[in-house]
Amino acid sequence: MSETVISAKNLSLTFQTNDGPVHALKDINLEINKGDFISFIGPSGCGKTTFLRVMADLETPTSGTIEVNGMSAAEARMQRAYGYVFQAAGLYPWRTIGGNIRLPLEIMGFDKADQAERVARVLELVELSGFENKFPWQLSGGMQQRASIARALAFDADILLMDEPFGALDEIVRDHLNEQLLKLWARTEKTIGFVTHSIPEAVFLSTKIVVMSPRPGRISDVIESTLPRDRTLDIRETQEFADIAHRVREGLRAGHAYD
Amino acid sequence: MTDFWHRAGPVLTMILLLVGIWYGAAVALNMTWAKDKAARADQSLSFSELVADTMVQEKPLLPAPHQVVKEIYNTTVLKKITSKRSLIWHGWITLSATLLGFAFGTALGILLAIGIVYSRAMDMSVMPWVITSQTIPILAVAPMIIVVLNAVGVSGLLPKAIISMYLSFFPIVVGMVKGLRAPDQMQLDQMRTWNAGKATSFWKLRLPRSMPYLFASLKIGIAASLVGAIVGELPTGAVAGLGARLLAGSYYGQTIQIWSALICAAVLAASLVALIGLIERITLRKMGMLQ
Repeated sequence: MSETVISAKNLSLTFQTNDGPVHALKDINLEINKGDFISFIGPSGCGKTTFLRVMADLETPTSGTIEVNGMSAAEARMQRAYGYVFQAAGLYPWRTIGGNIRLPLEIMGFDKADQAERVARVLELVELSGFENKFPWQLSGGMQQRASIARALAFDADILLMDEPFGALDEIVRDHLNEQLLKLWARTEKTIGFVTHSIPEAVFLSTKIVVMSPRPGRISDVIESTLPRDRTLDIRETQEFADIAHRVREGLRAGHAYD
Repeated sequence: MTDFWHRAGPVLTMILLLVGIWYGAAVALNMTWAKDKAARADQSLSFSELVADTMVQEKPLLPAPHQVVKEIYNTTVLKKITSKRSLIWHGWITLSATLLGFAFGTALGILLAIGIVYSRAMDMSVMPWVITSQTIPILAVAPMIIVVLNAVGVSGLLPKAIISMYLSFFPIVVGMVKGLRAPDQMQLDQMRTWNAGKATSFWKLRLPRSMPYLFASLKIGIAASLVGAIVGELPTGAVAGLGARLLAGSYYGQTIQIWSALICAAVLAASLVALIGLIERITLRKMGMLQ
């Protein structure tokens, strides 16, 4: 069996607000294996982003435990165990694309030659070679998001956490980036946690789909995908794809996502 | 060339309009004196003679533009710059206090802003005082600063620079607090995912992000600095500087001298603001923040 990289046990998180407590996550149990592409899907307020942020030590759970690479989330963050891609590209306008990708490397103290080599490598990985000296505003939204993925990859963390990275992009660009992301995943053998609210996106990308439901945020179903790891966009036309998508929809319905 | 006229045209039109109004006002305001003078000499002047007289009075209520221009020409080009009658000499005295006070004010403003952004205690305790400091009329504070510092043996440039600083640090604090807080939660979270410390976040994110805010503040700050330096010159017994020229002019009713010092101060302020605007454009373009 492959090893577990992220494991959550009885994880709960309650936000105290002026309108009383909000149960963002309740009794979450989940194991993510090395090399998995795992998607979190559910309506807004189901806690999928919160769960990703707990893994990244951006939120602290109220009870239960979370382990990343066999240590606490905080330790894992300090060891830079993961790269995090946010909803917006968040590139610094005063840095070139290369400068933006170099930013985490500078912070982590990589030497100059290593920085240059890594920037070139990840730019090639996201097919942005030749754009190193361009400023963010000179790139389209999709290219900016690719640059932000390159930035998350630059320091070779084994885990990539992505919070609706393509949510703001149009469907055509999104399809293309999904295909690229799968290729990148195959080449780098990373473990990817991916938050989305698109059913086709979740089914197309994942080896495991976690369906979540709101109030309180819970896992209502975990679906192991039967699709082969090596897939192209055509797979979306198959019966198998439709079956998995159907099961996701059932899971959402069971969690009252459509109420 | 068309581009030049496109930009300069409106400005020149406004200047012409203002000069026109100025001439009109000079005629209207100086008319009474011209009439009185004529009455005392038992003369009666025609309208054109009256108008001509309003343009050449020695101590007019409102000097005509060409009188001011002539006075400025006489006291800049025709005087040695070491002369105490040279406006350039006086201008430099004011300018040096302005620049020193501006440097103090910028440093103080940035330091206070950093403290306010990083320390909740400072945010709660210092910010109200920063705002209060600006509600006290500078004209009331300035003489006290001059007198107190003079009593402990500090005089000349420094007291004026301190008054200058007092006025210029405020826009810098306000602008830089806003600028250093400009990064959004996502950018701060991102820094956290890289396990970046406070110092790193400051140098790599907050400071560069605050640059546009800093330059906006600097432009206000330098103009305020000049006002501070001039105000600081008023209680020094009118020795030197544009402020001294203003004061001496008002003592002796030398309206032409007042106006020429005034115009000089305005031109100086405009040039300083324009200079900072230029540095702003160059810096932001280099940073890639100006498209």
